[in-house]
Parts: sequence; structure tokens; C-alpha cells
Amino acid sequence: MLSVQDTNTPVTFSPELLDKFADVVSRYPYGKQKSALLPILHLVQAEYGWVSVPAMDSVANFLSIQPIEVYEVASFYTMYFLKPQGKYMLEVCRTGPCEIVGATPIMEHIEKTLGVKEGDVTPDGLFSWRGVECLAACGFGPVLQIGPEYTFYENLTPESVDQLIGDLRAKS
Amino acid sequence: MARKLLLEHINVPGINTFDVYRSKGGYAAVEKALKTLTPDEVVEEVKKSGLRGRGGAGFPTGMKWSFLAKPAGVARYLVCNADESEPGTFKDRYLMTYIPHLLIEGMIVASFALGANTSYIYVRGEMMPQIRILEKAIAEAKAKGFLGKNILGTGYDLELYVQPGGGAYICGEETALLESLEGKRGNPRIKPPFPAIAGLYGCPTVVNNVESIAAVVPIINDGGDEYAKIGIGRSTGTKLISAGGNLRKPGVYEIDLGLPVEEFLYSDEYCGGIANGKRLKAVVAGGSSVPILPANLFMKTINNEPRLMSYESLAEGGFVSGTMMGSGGFIAYDEDQCIVRNTWNFARFYHHESCGQCSPCREGTGWMEKVLHRLEYGHGKMSDMDLLVDVSKKIEGNTICPLGDAAAWPVASAIRHFRDEFEWHVTHPHEATTRNFGLAHYADPLPKLEVAAS
Repeated sequence: MLSVQDTNTPVTFSPELLDKFADVVSRYPYGKQKSALLPILHLVQAEYGWVSVPAMDSVANFLSIQPIEVYEVASFYTMYFLKPQGKYMLEVCRTGPCEIVGATPIMEHIEKTLGVKEGDVTPDGLFSWRGVECLAACGFGPVLQIGPEYTFYENLTPESVDQLIGDLRAKS
Repeated sequence: MARKLLLEHINVPGINTFDVYRSKGGYAAVEKALKTLTPDEVVEEVKKSGLRGRGGAGFPTGMKWSFLAKPAGVARYLVCNADESEPGTFKDRYLMTYIPHLLIEGMIVASFALGANTSYIYVRGEMMPQIRILEKAIAEAKAKGFLGKNILGTGYDLELYVQPGGGAYICGEETALLESLEGKRGNPRIKPPFPAIAGLYGCPTVVNNVESIAAVVPIINDGGDEYAKIGIGRSTGTKLISAGGNLRKPGVYEIDLGLPVEEFLYSDEYCGGIANGKRLKAVVAGGSSVPILPANLFMKTINNEPRLMSYESLAEGGFVSGTMMGSGGFIAYDEDQCIVRNTWNFARFYHHESCGQCSPCREGTGWMEKVLHRLEYGHGKMSDMDLLVDVSKKIEGNTICPLGDAAAWPVASAIRHFRDEFEWHVTHPHEATTRNFGLAHYADPLPKLEVAAS
């Protein structure tokens, strides 16, 4: 069974978002519009912060494919959030090369600073955090990225993480 | 100073823009290929160069291109594999970030050689900044007439698109990548048929790594024979090495293949030695999936010859005392690093990233992770090492794609070379995570360098 947080809120995509969908579909041969599924799910997530079941149903409708085809893709890839997250999701690389230069203490520091466990949302709705697998910046670890822009921060220290979190709080 | 074919202009301000890239001789390979060569002649130059796939497999690129089926009336595709997710490897991200037009130029030349009129660069979704960089560069190239209809008036048409992935290491496997590009889960396909016969949308397709495609540019500019003069034996040309771990100067380096590993590790031109004046304990030479080697076996082959950064030299000794070039993801471990913890970390990675299609991989990677976790945290048994070797053997070679092998090799090699460290974790359960486990493997043939902390 698909592990998602359900919501009955219907999703109607804006004309601007539909234009972006159409632009993506135009990249593939006629009849191969399903290729647009991953890019479109990224666009949906950038707009809403996560992908809900009604949003996936609307994507299926737009692409003329079955809803299950969207669910199975959204649940396979780790980048799609199937439940709401904080406005800023801090994703820390926890794999080998980052681990040996201190990823674990950075994750512990983030947990302590934000006061929420991995995958949870801070009460103000601003932050979530999680450990993720290799982010391809192994020479500059520890690293983290923040969606939906996926801005990247390298050579982290507890101090630089505090600065980063403080800046994001001030921005909001 | 070694020559730079790919990174020569990497530090030129504005090299990520079309105009600066062009002013440094950029897009000359497109002009040469499209205006003076036939597609078959381009393939021939790549064959002559001896270029081997830089993504990890090391298969000859020109030969791969020549396998492409060319039925009449059927579209052909070139797909660039930019799903760089192998722990230890970050060269493609670097190249796309700083010199995106090099990849785009290579894509145009390679697409022309293969007769592809639509090509895709499949970039891992996490690299959104790089996706934006590539899209901007593609728009620039198109505005200047290097993409689109009738490129440079030669009658050749090419549309180039960037496709974001969804965050799955398995999509670095070429058939899983094609499934993903078709909007599906990244489950690898059974081969044959190979993509050269039935790839994207069932059409003949070539999938090449970012670095392989970028290398086509100097090959066409200088000629395949010139490229083949660089390197040693069948390891021709230059190679990007992404060096990380406990190094004084981690980063991406372009080396001539055949460079002695000692020079790469210790000279100031490259890694500058081990950080904080510590000693080298072990090296993973080609990304996390290749066998780990203790320092003494890495520096010299079993025949006591200096080890070289080449496909053949790194593989010398097979999996008993050798390793692989892989993708060039170089990870150095200093004397304080715990091999058990590192092996557990990698096992967790492969368990997380297994697509779940084949039972040996889906179940076996989970078993390995669990057993390694209990060893690392002081609950292991002496029989665990044999159990891990047994599980790794049952995964290796028994899966559709090589992810199973990639998961098995780090575990099997770590136990082969560092078994006493695993046993120490069993006999010293309370100290297991403190990492004070003696110096058995620090047989570094080089003196400890007196260097300042980086």
C-alpha cells in the first residue's frame, strides 16, 4: 500500500504551471508524453512543497496515464515527498566520504538545533531535515542541500549550520 | 605539469558562457566534425583514440558507438548519463558546473556521429543548479546556431534537452536510466537486447557518461591518434579523478593515465598527501563499489612494482590484491578511520539504493547492512565475517544489473584485507565504536609526511 498522507483537497493547476507542463511534454516524441512524469512531479513539488494523491491524480489526467503509474514513480524516487515537509528541507549527505569528515556530528547538531527528529517538521512549519545518500560532492564534505532550489552548502561546521538556519529564519 | 584536455580553461572567468568558451576555441570540434568529417569518420577518430567509458565500466567508446543499429526510418538517440551518484565520485558535477559548454559541444559532435536528431542529458534530480546551468548553456548554443535546425548551415538538425532524475542511484545503470527517462521506476532491463539495438522508446540508443562525451571534443580537435599517445597501454588519454576523504587537497584533478599513484597521492600538484600529517590506511580508488585496498597493496602491486593510475595497473592482482579504476572516485582513509563503520555505511547505501527487482540484491544488501551494523555497534559474532562473505557471494553475479556486484565487492574486500579489524570489533564490543584498534594495516611504504593541517 502506498504510504502517503492523504488529503481530500482537490488540486487545480494554475495556467502558468500547465504551460510549464506542456513545455516539458514537447521535449519527447508524440505519444511518449509519460517521459514528462519525473520533471512534472518536480514542478508540482516546487509549487506545493510535496506531492499529494489528488495532485498525482491530476498529473495522471494531464498525461493521459493511469494514476498508479504516477504513484509507483513518486514512491520509488527519494526526492518526492509524499507528506508535507517544512518549508526548508535540509538534506545532509551521510554517505562514506562525507561521514568520514564529520556528517554524523552535523546531523546531530541539526537535530539538536531544530529540536525535531529526522523527517519531522518544526512546529513553526519552517524546517525539516534528513540524511540522504551521496550528493556527489565528496571532496567538500560535509555537505547539505535545501530544496526546492537545491542550493548547496559545502565544508559544513556547526557554526556554519547555525548561520544558515539563522539566515533562513530571518528570511521567513 | 600534466596537460589538460578537459579542464584547461576551467578557471577562466566566464568560461560557463558561450562567448568566453568560444573565445577559447570552443565549438571548433563541432565545426570540424559537421563541416569536414562524415559521421563514420568521427566514430573512427573516437575508435583510434582508445577512449574507454569514463563512467566506470571502461568499455571502449568508439566500439560502443559502432554497435549502434541503423535501421532506416527509425530514430536514434544519444543519452548522456549525468546521474552521478557513486560515493566518492563528483567529477561530472564539477565539469557541468564550471564548463557546461564542453559537455554540450561533445553532445553535438557525438549526436552527429550517431545520427541522432534528439538527445537528452539525464541529470540526477538533486543537481538542480547544474540542470539550470545546462539549460542556460543549451539556450545560448541554440541562439548561436549550434543547436536546432540546420546547424551551421550543414543540414544537420539536433534538439538537446536536460532531463532531471528523481533521486535514485540505480538510474546510473544505463537501462534503468532509460526506463526512468521513459517516466517509469528505475528498474534495470534484462540485456540483451542492448540499448544499441533497443534503447530509448525501443530505438537504437547510446548511453555515455559526461566525461566520455566531453573527451570527444579534444579527440576531434587534435585527432584520435594524438589522444592515444597520452597514457599508457590500453589506458589512453586523460582521466578526471575526484579525490576525497582525508586528503590535504581534495578536489577534481585531470591526470594522464599511467601517473604513479604515489605521485597522485603525495605530490603538491595533486592531493598533497594525507591531511593533518596522518598516515594512509586504505584507499578506494574508483568509487565505493570497487574493492578497498590497504595502503601497502594500493601503493605497490603484488609484484612489488609501483602502482599506476591506469585501468590495468589498478586491476593488477584481480580482486585478491588489486582493485579497479571505476569512475575515478578516489577516497583516502587515514589511520583513524574505522573500516567496519565505513563498510557498514556503504552497505546501508546499497541497501537503500537497491531497486528491489532482484531478490539476491534486495534481500542480501539488507542482510549485509544489518550484520555490519551489529558488528560496528559491538553486538557481532566471530561467525559474522563468514556470513557476510557468504551473502556477498550469493549476491554477486546473480542480479540483472551490476548493483548487486557493487554492493558485494566493498564488503568482501574489506573482510579480505581487514578481517582482524572486524574480529577486534567482536572481541572488544565496548570499545568497538571508539576506533582504537591498533596499527596492523598501516604498513605505509612511504614515510609519514610532516605537513601542516589543511
